Amino acid sequence: MDRKTVLEARSLRKEVTSPEGMLTILDDVSLSIVAGETVAIVGASGAGKSTLLALLAGLDEPSAGGVWLEGTELSALDEDGRAAARARHVGFVFQSFHLVPSLTALENVMLPLELAGRRDARAEARVVLGQVGLGARLGHYPRQLSGGEQQRVAIARAFVTRPSVLFADEPTGNLDTTTGARIIELLFNLNAANGTTLVLVTHDRAIATRCDRIIEMDAGRLVGAR
Amino acid sequence: MKALRFALLALSRDWRSGELAVLLAALLVAVTALTGVGFFTDRIGQAVDQRAAEVLAADLRLRSAEPIPESYEALAAEQGIETARIISFPSVVFFGADSALTAIRAVGPGYPLRGRLKIADAPFAPARETDELPGRGETWLDSRLLARLGAAIGDTVNIGASTFTVTRVLDYRPDQGSAFVDLAPSLLIPLADLPATELLGPGSRASYRLLFAGTPGQIRDFRDEIDERKSKAERLESVDEESPQIQASTRRAGRFLNLSAIITVLLAAVAVAMAARRYTRRHLDNVALMKCMGAPQRFVLQVTVIELALVALVAALLGSLLGYLAQELLTRLVGDLVTVGLPPPTLAPALMGGATALAILVGFALPPLLQLKRVPPARVLRRNLEPPPLRYSVSYGLAVAALLGVLYWLVRDVRLVGYLAVGIAATLAVLYGAGFLLVLLAGRLRGAVGVAWRYGVANLARRGRESVVQVVAFGLGLMVLLLLAVVRNDLLKDWRASLPADTPNFFMINIPAAETADFVQFVEARGLPTPQLFPMIRARMTTINSRPIDEVVAGNDRAQGFAEREQNLSWAEQPQIDNKIVAGRWWQASDRGKAYVSVATEYQEDLGLALGDRLAFDVAGETIEAEILSFREVEWDTFRPNFFLVFSPGTLDGLAGTWLTSLKLDLEQRKMLAELVRRFPSVSVFDIDAILSQVREVIDRASLAVQYVFLFTLAAGITVLLAAIQSTRDERRYESAMLRTLGARRRVVLAGVAAEFTALGMLSGVLAAIGATLAGWLLAREVFDLEYAIDPWVWVIGLAAGAVIVGGAGTLAARGVVNHPPISTLREG
Repeated sequence: MDRKTVLEARSLRKEVTSPEGMLTILDDVSLSIVAGETVAIVGASGAGKSTLLALLAGLDEPSAGGVWLEGTELSALDEDGRAAARARHVGFVFQSFHLVPSLTALENVMLPLELAGRRDARAEARVVLGQVGLGARLGHYPRQLSGGEQQRVAIARAFVTRPSVLFADEPTGNLDTTTGARIIELLFNLNAANGTTLVLVTHDRAIATRCDRIIEMDAGRLVGAR
Repeated sequence: MKALRFALLALSRDWRSGELAVLLAALLVAVTALTGVGFFTDRIGQAVDQRAAEVLAADLRLRSAEPIPESYEALAAEQGIETARIISFPSVVFFGADSALTAIRAVGPGYPLRGRLKIADAPFAPARETDELPGRGETWLDSRLLARLGAAIGDTVNIGASTFTVTRVLDYRPDQGSAFVDLAPSLLIPLADLPATELLGPGSRASYRLLFAGTPGQIRDFRDEIDERKSKAERLESVDEESPQIQASTRRAGRFLNLSAIITVLLAAVAVAMAARRYTRRHLDNVALMKCMGAPQRFVLQVTVIELALVALVAALLGSLLGYLAQELLTRLVGDLVTVGLPPPTLAPALMGGATALAILVGFALPPLLQLKRVPPARVLRRNLEPPPLRYSVSYGLAVAALLGVLYWLVRDVRLVGYLAVGIAATLAVLYGAGFLLVLLAGRLRGAVGVAWRYGVANLARRGRESVVQVVAFGLGLMVLLLLAVVRNDLLKDWRASLPADTPNFFMINIPAAETADFVQFVEARGLPTPQLFPMIRARMTTINSRPIDEVVAGNDRAQGFAEREQNLSWAEQPQIDNKIVAGRWWQASDRGKAYVSVATEYQEDLGLALGDRLAFDVAGETIEAEILSFREVEWDTFRPNFFLVFSPGTLDGLAGTWLTSLKLDLEQRKMLAELVRRFPSVSVFDIDAILSQVREVIDRASLAVQYVFLFTLAAGITVLLAAIQSTRDERRYESAMLRTLGARRRVVLAGVAAEFTALGMLSGVLAAIGATLAGWLLAREVFDLEYAIDPWVWVIGLAAGAVIVGGAGTLAARGVVNHPPISTLREG
């Protein structure tokens, strides 16, 4: 089946200035991801996984090369343009959950819908929180939830806008093995149900093997793919 | 619209979760303190002004050499302003074969509009206040006049074509002034009896006055209206030319009140700045998250600003209300001491409080909050990504500009604000540098102390920059508290002491040159100290640098006042001790033979004079001219004989002059006055007891009020400091949780926090003491013109207060953090 390309990177390069001079943390990275695909980016610490994720999601600007998301060149947009593209197409799940501590579980999930000006935010958020099994904990604050529960709230928040691409940065990094396995299960199930493209950064081989494709990185370069 | 909706949502959620509490509390305390102090100083200020206005017997006075049209009264009546008329002129009063030159004052109903007349039943006898005026056919004479005529109550005297019965001794008029303008003794008659005397014909030298009284707002508007309408001959008179002494005291009282207002603003600024910092830091993550979810920069900015504006609005409204209540409570507590006749507060302080808090918030919170807009969204992946750092000049520049703007708006005193600006800048620089050094030193010390202290002090050193900011903030806060607690007392004491008990209360004028020796002997023979005599010559100014005076002063009311008035010239070898040369120099022996004059700064300002200008005077037909060699600042409120114009020795030789002196006479000693007036008939005795007590009353009332305002400010200041400490607790959460996870007992962690705050407090306290001492010295010297002795207690109190307030409050605030289960802190991510 010939599927549409949703995310493409061409000759990505990222340099930062450091006390020792110019440092290249990403060098000549090109890749293409089609709709519905699940891709794991693996590599040791400092290999450039998170930098690549940030560039692919338009959170940061490359020093050279470009990223195309749903046919739009992100590097041609200004920060607000990239923000608009993210709002339309992208969802995130983070290692440290990044829930807003002053908001309840329900409000955290409502947040991206409210930012988009959606009036049905509350109803939508309830449905998705039900899907992740937290229908009974809507009014709880992050500090009243366990780590696994917090990550489920974050997953609900990522899926509530029905993004075409979901970026997950070490989603089980802060969780114990059992809880981590459940979270991954949930993530893949929701992904399949929604037909979302998943880009997953991890150093857990077991998780990576569940993906359609594994991209391996070392010292800022792609060193292998499967 | 979307931003507003979202901001409202965010506001209600932040509020519910307690996120806004610290910022709101700091703002609330700031506005409450500002408006509370504002309301109170406003009322006190009004009361002091009212007291000062008694010198005019009105709030506003119009004077003319021609009858004043009745249209002014109609205009005043329309606006609900009270009026009263006075016509005064010199004339001769007859009692049998005796006669005396007198200043006749025909007063209309309502006089005096401000202050009260005092009357007595015998010359120089104790007086009582009255609201009455002489009835038709009656007159009230002052003691000097009765003594000179040898008349008594019940006698009849002739004034022009009419006969009047003396019914009272006139002891005191609020508008009798002290500038020796009315040299002749005065008497009161009813205005309605004036036509029958047939004294007011063409060419008579009458002075017409129309008095006005109303609320400050009414008077302000009315003054503008009159200013436009009045004819060339008509002149508005102000308090300061009538009584420089009262004006000087009022001004000083005003400065004290301003000082407390300024201190409140500074404290509020510290609190708001600290809270805004915390608010911004806590919002960094949320903003990054919002941007990651696709919120545009503009939206983030709008939401932030709207939310902040709403917080400010709530704080302004609620704070003004609390400020009003606090002030009301305060006046109740103070009771009768100052509330007597305390006018109701105006609405201005509420506006001022709100606007000030807003300005401070904008100055301190906006620059860091604007940074939020620039938070890189990738911060969600890498926590250490911060927005690009603000240039200090931008962030603190705006804050300092806002602060100075507010201060100027508040006190309208360029000099005071200028000194403050320099003071604040210097203090901040010194605090910053010293804080840095002390933190460095504390780091070195850590090996020498116990585990709790080591942890605490190590924390201080590790958080270097952060600690310095806190030392600066607490130091500034403690410094103003010290200024309040210790320095204020010294300043007030010095102010009170500036009018000691032996301040002269009688002036003797017109002592003929030939009788000076006899006069001194007469006074000494009655057991009084030898009086110091000053020469005095009456003159009119004719030209400035050969230009006719009328031409120079045209269009300037105050200058006209000085120019029209007869001047008292004097000469001296040495300047009086309460005079300060502010420009030029005093003459020396080598200047003998040259005609020089030293001019009071009041003249300099109003007539626009410069060193080297030549002033000419007409002294009984003779012209003398002298060059201005110096300008002097005169402390009028010391009540020593002082002159606007003092000439070099020899310049006034050969001119017909008299001498004057001042004496301190108690009630018993006053009995000799009747004898003195008979023995030296040309001498005029001038009772300044009344004006002296007016000034004393202004000082007493104002200093008492200032005490309470300061007390209130002190309470507000401590609250503000507590709020600031609260805002630092976040920074300690993780550490505390971490240490406890590592197995530290709660007690150890708490002791460490206590050690850190106590060390911080002591560092701040020492710096605050240095700052307060310098500020006190500078304020005393440059703003209040008072002597100031360094008070060692500042150091003790500074150190102790720093340790107790900052250490205690910090530990208390951190207790909640330490008690927080470590796992939930760590889990919040």
